[in-house]
Amino acid sequence: MTAISREDVAHLARLARLDLAPDELDHYAVQLDAIVEAVARVKEVATDDVEPMSHPVPLTNVFRPDTVQPSLPRDVVLAEAPAAEDDRFRVPRILDLE
Amino acid sequence: MTSTPMAADLVRQDATTLAQAIANQEVSAREVTQAYLDRIAAVDGQVHAYLYVDSDGALAAADSVDTRIGAGEQLGPLAGVPLALKDVLTMRGVPTTCGSRILEGWRPPYDATVVERLRAADIIILGKTNMDEFAMGSSTEHSAYGPTRNPWDLERIPGGSGGGSAAALAAFEAALAIGTDTGGSIRQPAAVTGTVGVKPTYGAVSRFGLVALASSLDQAGPCARSVLDAAYLHAAIAGHDPRDSTSIDAPVPDVVAAATRADVRGLRIGLVKQLSGAGYQEGVAKRFGQAVEVLANLGAEIVEVSCPNFEYALAAYYLILPSEASSNLARFDGMRYGLRAGDDGERSVDQVMSMTREAGFGDEVKRRIMLGTYALSSGYYDAYYGQAQKVRRLITNDFAAAFDSVDVLISPTTPTTAFRIGEKIDDPLAMYLNDVATIPVNLAGNCAISIPIGLSPSDGLPVGLQVMAPAMADDRLYLVGGALEAALNDAWGHPLISEVPEL
Repeated sequence: MTAISREDVAHLARLARLDLAPDELDHYAVQLDAIVEAVARVKEVATDDVEPMSHPVPLTNVFRPDTVQPSLPRDVVLAEAPAAEDDRFRVPRILDLE
Repeated sequence: MTSTPMAADLVRQDATTLAQAIANQEVSAREVTQAYLDRIAAVDGQVHAYLYVDSDGALAAADSVDTRIGAGEQLGPLAGVPLALKDVLTMRGVPTTCGSRILEGWRPPYDATVVERLRAADIIILGKTNMDEFAMGSSTEHSAYGPTRNPWDLERIPGGSGGGSAAALAAFEAALAIGTDTGGSIRQPAAVTGTVGVKPTYGAVSRFGLVALASSLDQAGPCARSVLDAAYLHAAIAGHDPRDSTSIDAPVPDVVAAATRADVRGLRIGLVKQLSGAGYQEGVAKRFGQAVEVLANLGAEIVEVSCPNFEYALAAYYLILPSEASSNLARFDGMRYGLRAGDDGERSVDQVMSMTREAGFGDEVKRRIMLGTYALSSGYYDAYYGQAQKVRRLITNDFAAAFDSVDVLISPTTPTTAFRIGEKIDDPLAMYLNDVATIPVNLAGNCAISIPIGLSPSDGLPVGLQVMAPAMADDRLYLVGGALEAALNDAWGHPLISEVPEL
C-alpha cells in the first residue's frame, strides 16, 4: 500500500515552500513512502493512558527584568541581507498581481 | 627549544598536556597554534575536516594568551589550546554555513554562548568544521561542500553529523573540538574515529547561537582525544545561560574530578538488552564484550537491563526530529540573510521563497522537511507526531526504571564500524540505522559518552562504547569513561589514537 503518492509530495512541497523539480517528485515519493512505512511502527505501541512528551525538561515561563538590552546595530544586520534599501530589508512583492 | 620532545610533535599531545606546557612557558600558545595550522595545511586536503580556517584570529588569540602568561596572569586550565568548532555554532565575523548552500558566505553578527565561553577560557578557535547539512546525517556526506574523510581509512566516512570535528581530532588537526548531538552526532563520529565524544544532559550547555535542528533534542558538547580533555572542555562550556530558556539553572556536576578519580568500584552498570544482537557487527560485539569484562575486573557490578520501548526509539525520533526541523528551518526564507534565488523584480515573495529553498537545501534536508510537514499535517498529527511523543514518554520511563537499579547503562555506540563513502548515501533508512543506539538518550534528555575500546578484528577500524547516565549525572560518564580508558591504555601500552595511520 502506498501512503505517499507523487501528488502528496507535490502538496507537501508546496506547504514547505520547496519548488521541487518533476524528477524530484518521483524520487521523494518512493523514499518518503518507505520512511513513513518504517516510522509507522510507533502505532504498534499501546499508549492510551500515556501522556505525550514534547520536551525533556518541564518548560516553564522564564522571566527577566524588563530592562533595555543592546540589540544588534542595523547596518551590521543589513550587511548580511540578500537585499536592503532605505535601511530596511528589501523583499519581493508580497501581494498577488490582480 | 625545538629540541624538546614536546616541540617535535606538539599536535599529538593531549589538550591538558599542552595547556600545562603553555602555562609553564615551555612552549608558547603561538607555537602550538602555528603547529596546528601547519598540520591543517599539510593534511586537510586529504581529510577535509575544515570548512574555514581562521588563521589570523587564532594567532591573535594565541598572542594574547602568551602576553598575559608572560605578565604573570593565571589563566584557565585550557588556555592556549587550539580547538575546532562545528560549523553549526555562530562565531562573529566568521562564515557559518551549517554545511548548507543556503547560508554560504553568511558571517553572523554575534557569538554563540559556547563560543563566548571558549573565548573566556582562552581556548584558541582554529576554524569551522564540516558537517552534514543542518546536522542531518550520520556520515558528513550530506555536506554541500563535499564529504569529510575518516583518517583511519580515507575511503570511509568519519561519522556524522559532526564528522569534521571528529576527523580533525583523529588527524591531529585540533587538540579539542565542539560537536552537537541531536541523535548521536557527537557520539557516533567519536566511535568511528577512535575519539571521545560527550552529549551532556539536555539544557546543560546553552543553545544560544546553535543553529537549531530539533530544539527539544539538540545539545552541544565536548569532543577530545582523551576523557580528561573532554571533561575540562565540558566544564568550560557548560552552565546556565539566561539567553536559553531551556538552560538548566543548577551547578554543573564536577566532571573534571570524576575523570580524575576514574573509578568504577562498586558501581552498578546495566547492559541494555535491546542495544545488542541482530544488526551489531561481530567485531563490534566482540570488542564490546571484552570492554565489559574489563569493567567487571575493575570492580563494577554488571547486570542486564531491559528497556523494551527502545525498540521504537528510531521510529519515534524520525517523526519528532523532522517535525521540529520542518518548523525550525522555516526561518530560511531568503529574506533577511543567506541565499535568495529567483528575485527578478516580478516574482512574488512566495515564489522567491520556494525557489530559494529549492536551490539552497540539499537532498536530505528537503526529505526531512517534507517528512516533518507530513507528520504535522492535519489528519496525520495524532497518528504520527502525537503517537511519537507518547513513545518518547515510554522511552524516558524505561530509562527511569533502569536507573532505579543501576548507576549507568552501557551499549556499543554504533552497530557497525565506519562504512565506505557512498555506500548508504541514497538509502535514508539504512543511514538512519547508524543512530539506533544513540537516539534514546536524546529523546529522554539525559547524557552519554562514547569512548574508544579498540579496533574491530574484522576490519581494523575503531569501535566505541557508550555510557549513559541520568540527567545531571554527567560526572558518572567521566567516572566510567576515565576508568575504562585508563585500563585499556594500560593493556595496549598506548592510547588507541596513536595507532591511526600516518597521512
